[in-house]
Amino acid sequence: MSRRLSQGGRLIDRSRTFHFTVDGRRYGGFAGDTLASALLASNRTLMGRSFKYHRPRGVVSSGAEEPNALFGLGTGDRFEPNQRATMTELYPDLTALSQNRWPNLEQDLGGLISRAARVLPAGFYYKTFLRPRVFWKHVYEPVIRALAGLGHAPAEKDADRYEHFNVTVDVLIVGGGVAGLQAARRAGAAGLRVLLVEQTAQWGGRAPVDGAVIEGKPADAWITGVLSELQSMPNVHMRPRTMGAGVYDHGYALVYERVTDHVSGAQGPRHRLWRVRAGRILTTTGALERPLSFAGNDLPGVMLAGAVRDYVVNHAVTPGERVLVVTNNDDAYRTALALSEAGVTVPAIVDARPGGGGALAEAARSAGLRVLTGTAIAGLSGKRHVTGAALCLQDGTGEVTEQIACDTVAMSGGWSPVVHLWSHCGGKLTWDVDEVMFRPDPNRPPTGADGRGFVEAAGAANGYLATADILGDADRAARAVTEALGRSLDDAPALQAEREETAPIRAVWTMPEKAPVKLREKMWLDYQNDVKVSDVALAAQEGFESVEHAKRYTTLGMATDQGKLSNINGLAILADTLGAEIPAVGTTTFRPPYTPISIGSVAGEARGDLFQPIRRTPLHHLHEAAGAVFEPVGHWRRPYVFPRDGETVAQAVEREILTVRHKVGLLDASTLGKIIVKGPDAGRFVDMIYTNKMSTLKVGRCRYGLMCSENGFLMDDGVVARLDEQTFLCHTTSGGADHIHAHMEDWLQTEWWDWQVYVANVTEQYAQIAVAGPKAREVLETVGGMDVSKDAMAFMDWADGALAGIPVRVFRISFSGELSYEIAVPASRGEALWQALRSAGETHGIAPYGTEALHVLRAEKGLIMIGDETDGTVVPQDLGLDWAISKKKDDFIGMRGQQRRELSRPDRWKLVGLETLSGGVLPDGAYAVEEGRNANGQRNVQGRVTSTYRSPTLGRGIAMGLVRNGPDRMGEVLDFPGTDGVVHRARIVSPAFYDPEGERQNV
Amino acid sequence: MQRYSAFAIAREALRHHTGWQRAWRSPEPKRRYDTIIIGAGGHGLATAYWLGKLYGIRDVAVIEKGWLGGGNTGRNTTIIRSNYLQDPSAAIYEKSRSLYETMSQDINYNVMFSPRGVLMLAQTEAEARGYRRTAHANALQGVETQFVSSWRVKQLCPIISLEGPRYPVLGALWQPRAGTARHDAVAWGYARACSDMGMDIIQKCEVTGIRSEGGQVTGVSTTRGEIECDRLGIVVAGHSGALADMAGFRLPIESVALQALVSEPIKPAMDVVVMANTVHGYMSQSDKGEMVIGGGADGYNNYTQRGSFHHIEETVRALVETFPMISRLKMLRQWGGIVDMTGDRSPIISKTPLGNCFINCGWGTGGFKAVPGSGWAMAELMAKGQSPLAEAFTLDRFREGRFIDESVAAGVAH
Ligand SMILES: Cc1cc2nc3c(=O)[nH]c(=O)nc-3n(C[C@H](O)[C@H](O)[C@H](O)COP(=O)(O)OP(=O)(O)OC[C@H]3O[C@@H](n4cnc5c(N)ncnc54)[C@H](O)[C@@H]3O)c2cc1C
Repeated sequence: MSRRLSQGGRLIDRSRTFHFTVDGRRYGGFAGDTLASALLASNRTLMGRSFKYHRPRGVVSSGAEEPNALFGLGTGDRFEPNQRATMTELYPDLTALSQNRWPNLEQDLGGLISRAARVLPAGFYYKTFLRPRVFWKHVYEPVIRALAGLGHAPAEKDADRYEHFNVTVDVLIVGGGVAGLQAARRAGAAGLRVLLVEQTAQWGGRAPVDGAVIEGKPADAWITGVLSELQSMPNVHMRPRTMGAGVYDHGYALVYERVTDHVSGAQGPRHRLWRVRAGRILTTTGALERPLSFAGNDLPGVMLAGAVRDYVVNHAVTPGERVLVVTNNDDAYRTALALSEAGVTVPAIVDARPGGGGALAEAARSAGLRVLTGTAIAGLSGKRHVTGAALCLQDGTGEVTEQIACDTVAMSGGWSPVVHLWSHCGGKLTWDVDEVMFRPDPNRPPTGADGRGFVEAAGAANGYLATADILGDADRAARAVTEALGRSLDDAPALQAEREETAPIRAVWTMPEKAPVKLREKMWLDYQNDVKVSDVALAAQEGFESVEHAKRYTTLGMATDQGKLSNINGLAILADTLGAEIPAVGTTTFRPPYTPISIGSVAGEARGDLFQPIRRTPLHHLHEAAGAVFEPVGHWRRPYVFPRDGETVAQAVEREILTVRHKVGLLDASTLGKIIVKGPDAGRFVDMIYTNKMSTLKVGRCRYGLMCSENGFLMDDGVVARLDEQTFLCHTTSGGADHIHAHMEDWLQTEWWDWQVYVANVTEQYAQIAVAGPKAREVLETVGGMDVSKDAMAFMDWADGALAGIPVRVFRISFSGELSYEIAVPASRGEALWQALRSAGETHGIAPYGTEALHVLRAEKGLIMIGDETDGTVVPQDLGLDWAISKKKDDFIGMRGQQRRELSRPDRWKLVGLETLSGGVLPDGAYAVEEGRNANGQRNVQGRVTSTYRSPTLGRGIAMGLVRNGPDRMGEVLDFPGTDGVVHRARIVSPAFYDPEGERQNV
Repeated sequence: MQRYSAFAIAREALRHHTGWQRAWRSPEPKRRYDTIIIGAGGHGLATAYWLGKLYGIRDVAVIEKGWLGGGNTGRNTTIIRSNYLQDPSAAIYEKSRSLYETMSQDINYNVMFSPRGVLMLAQTEAEARGYRRTAHANALQGVETQFVSSWRVKQLCPIISLEGPRYPVLGALWQPRAGTARHDAVAWGYARACSDMGMDIIQKCEVTGIRSEGGQVTGVSTTRGEIECDRLGIVVAGHSGALADMAGFRLPIESVALQALVSEPIKPAMDVVVMANTVHGYMSQSDKGEMVIGGGADGYNNYTQRGSFHHIEETVRALVETFPMISRLKMLRQWGGIVDMTGDRSPIISKTPLGNCFINCGWGTGGFKAVPGSGWAMAELMAKGQSPLAEAFTLDRFREGRFIDESVAAGVAH
């Protein structure tokens, strides 16, 4: 029976009782408990079900490495699956749900799988479920999926907030045990800016539990002293509940702070992700205890010896009444002593080493504990919990020598330094045969841009296990880091810590060493994923010899604990089976994060409205008020159409088109890109950027121009106005402005860096309004302020002036084919101008129009639209725009590309108009088919629709398209099959459906 | 070859699985082979497989510097689809997809091809138009796709939010027979089949030089000695540039990091694959229950197999908008691979300036789906000197401007 001890518990506050609920049952615990310790205190030892076999599981650890005790926490929009009970601080009214079981944790039907484990070894699924073929999708896979997974998916949108912090520090110290504290103290004293983080709520790590004595003081007292010293240093910043999650190139590190997880109903962000740029990173992340592989080691009641000690010392909880201790090293004796001191029976200490332990073993013996050496566990009895252990000789094959009744087994297979952060960015490890561990190889650290290491490991994380060594190593590391950062550190006397004489650890990878396969099939390596010793051996036998193969084949180390308990043990079994040395088999790659971090924290604040900024034109709120329907165009929102009461979208679009054709319309063209190109070499530059000869443009005039990519494909188009001798204003498409600006900068900075040209994107400085339609001039004249007559301002002229008292720049350009003016004003005056134009146009029936009407208007005119007629594979020549390609220039961007064979082929697909025989509308994106099929069995095609609309002006469907040799095939009829099976027939015509001579715009 | 079946497992269970043989042999390299394939990724192994299977060429070595399948084949997010726009792409990806349908049975290894369907979301008008066009093209190419409404999207994937404040879902391109497969199994299954045909798969053997005489390839230098051959296939994805350099030619390829991540496993929440290209993110749920997440490639060249974290942030942000419930899941693991990007984002399956030396590369961010089909085409090219499926993907297309540009319809191409 696991229970609360009547005394002790350095972390709990017995005066504050919290109630909490698990699977609907109410329990009580104390402030300072974790969910795991509180459940143990309430004699609830069954805490989860394993992933593959749904085996009953209890908690094995007391920390971040926990693979078994996972719960769903919270409810509704604050529910979160897969929370480790060991890392969950208890708070009042905590609600938890057990996982991966049905109908409940005690009676899980999935547990039946366990009985079939024999036929479900590693990788069995690669060898079966092969027939019948359709069964995989419809039968096997759905069943496997339902049994797999752990917790349930959250059903609702997360109610919490998350945030990011950016900090730059000299040194980031990860791990607030005694090594981290001591290193922080030294680095702080050297004046470095230090960020010290600790994943749990307490400082000091294992030392207080292990009974360390530093400078003659108990560890707790020493830690309190150091903490107050650190708190007084303004250059040292400390964060508990904050984990070093990942180390990346160039001293970049991610730090994950759980800000409010431990308080119920707290305000503020739940998690905070720190993006740290550190001069050096110091990992003082301690070590993790390894389980021992003996038959039945996954039964509830089997725990890590260090964890048992944690529960006893920290929470005054004993996981059982009779705790058998089993070990291959001295450390577990501390657990035996702690238990016996707390009055818990330790029937025996089973030590696999023939020679037994050192001073601690002596102490155990003097405390009256029975110590068995050279001994191992042959197997455990009990179905849902340990009831006893059978012992055998470690060097044998498992003949039982003795039975011992016990309800808990505390095991220790030795300690592995936490080398994850060291390894994330390429730090290498070395195998220490004596200490039986991988430790950071100081000669092969992760290196920065200067080729020097930027991560340093210290303390247990660096392979030191005795307090005195740990503190000494912390001093060394602090000095190394300080000096690497160009500071110096005063000598300080080495700290004194008590040191026991210890006996060396013995490598024990299975118990007993020569265990037959029947026992190996019951030795768990990876608890969550149910990977056993026999599985890894099977992988090796089948040729999965590389660690990565074995890992992936067996799923060892792929569970939510990422193999913190199983990797080294698994590796050793693999090496053993292959008859190789451990270092020859290698280690697996450690990948961030150290333990899982919330996806919400990765996303940070940028959610909902903050996800991506929405760009709004200066007139946006007017459109909103007018009831516009918006569409996203790049980061902009543009009015698609302005429906009136009772109108459908289609009706509104038609009305807007006819308004422009017959009266006058207003368009918000502010999103149009506006890039200023200025300088003595501006002419030369625009000649390279555009296919046209722009340098000959006269001041006061506009010219339509094309820009191509280096490969020759049409990229963007727009009107260029020459403002003065050295200044061009280049209009781009709305979506293209940023990209074209970057394109220009790219060429200026990398190729023509010596040209005297500046470019500036002034898109947002102006509001731009198009006034289009036969009444456009009358509207401007009503507004008054400048001469906009044909004589004063011819087609493709521009002029500065004033309208309604607002300084304006007016361009006489047209994208609709109608008489049209585009008026640019400073952004802040846009609204005033819009209102002035609207009221001046009222008598003419003026109305705003949106992007859809704009598209139809230009299509009626046969004008191309970037993104419709172009898609990155179309050259200007395909679109009949040869006239815009200068023959006089030596070069322009894209010229050489266009000369390549494929781009200058005579039979390319070229722009034409398409008219359905029926008068209906061609389906968007349809292809024109041709006889036959190609070598790959696909239908041959000869063209496609690029734009297609119903033209209200012409009262029929019109389309533009690209057709092989199209312009030479006027009048031919093509077949366009729709996806609905209907074949649409259309005749090739000129794309200029409306006013082909351009008489209407040139008035 | 020891056949795999439920029966075989039951039989082996009786003797505690001690009777299972090696899935593939690990031989010492011979002095010469008829054909050498460099790179035991999916594409290299598939090439070898079809060389043996279709053309009886079995004196083959597949040489791998690390462990087989350890490159991008073992790092990708396993999306398999063939809803490509351009004819040559649709042809090879659809061939590949159809080979995936029967791969498990063909090689007697369960690669868990799961044709659960792929939705590519249209979140702007332009994207919707692009996908309508693709649907038209696919119909003529023999690829079954459909442009579906946002209502249908919600039905297929209830956890999706249609009304993100930024980019509402307007519809999607739906390919019902697209899906995912188990990436490692594809490599292992092919390796086993190749080994069974007598081919040698040589791991931990890095090619350090390519030897030739009179413009013809004669062999390779490796960390395990010189090996001669009459025919050479270079199939090394991110390291293609380095190998081409050894063979004396240059490639229009840039190597950049592409990253992915998985959440902790949860019970089934999503039955289809969803790609949201406007915001650069995609997600599916593995059979284990992990949400498998990927996004865009890094913006600079590198070989470290580590990307920059801000790309992960960008991807995750996009997906939290698309699937708000994932915010309370946890990121379990992230990693990166080095992808080989060509200028037009389409692959190269081609002869090279060096006689009898062939190259297959440039699959970039999306070549897992192509594994069987690419191997098929490469094998045909190596055996017969030409292949209709590979014809458009020659190296000289860049000089001729004969690009096969898929970015036309969709931003990302996984
Ligand atoms: C994060 C990520 C996600 C992806 N997601 C998808 C997806 O969802 N769908 C999809 O279709 N594709 C996806 N891809 C792309 C896909 O993984 C690749 O296109 C595909 O796996 C490439 O296969 P390969 O066999 O050509 O290359 P690889 O698997 O990389 O194999 C090349 C092999 O060559 C070996 N090699 C290199 N140099 C040498 C040498 N000198 N000597 C010997 N051997 C050498 C390497 O070690 C390696 O094993 C993704 C890629 C990444 C990185």
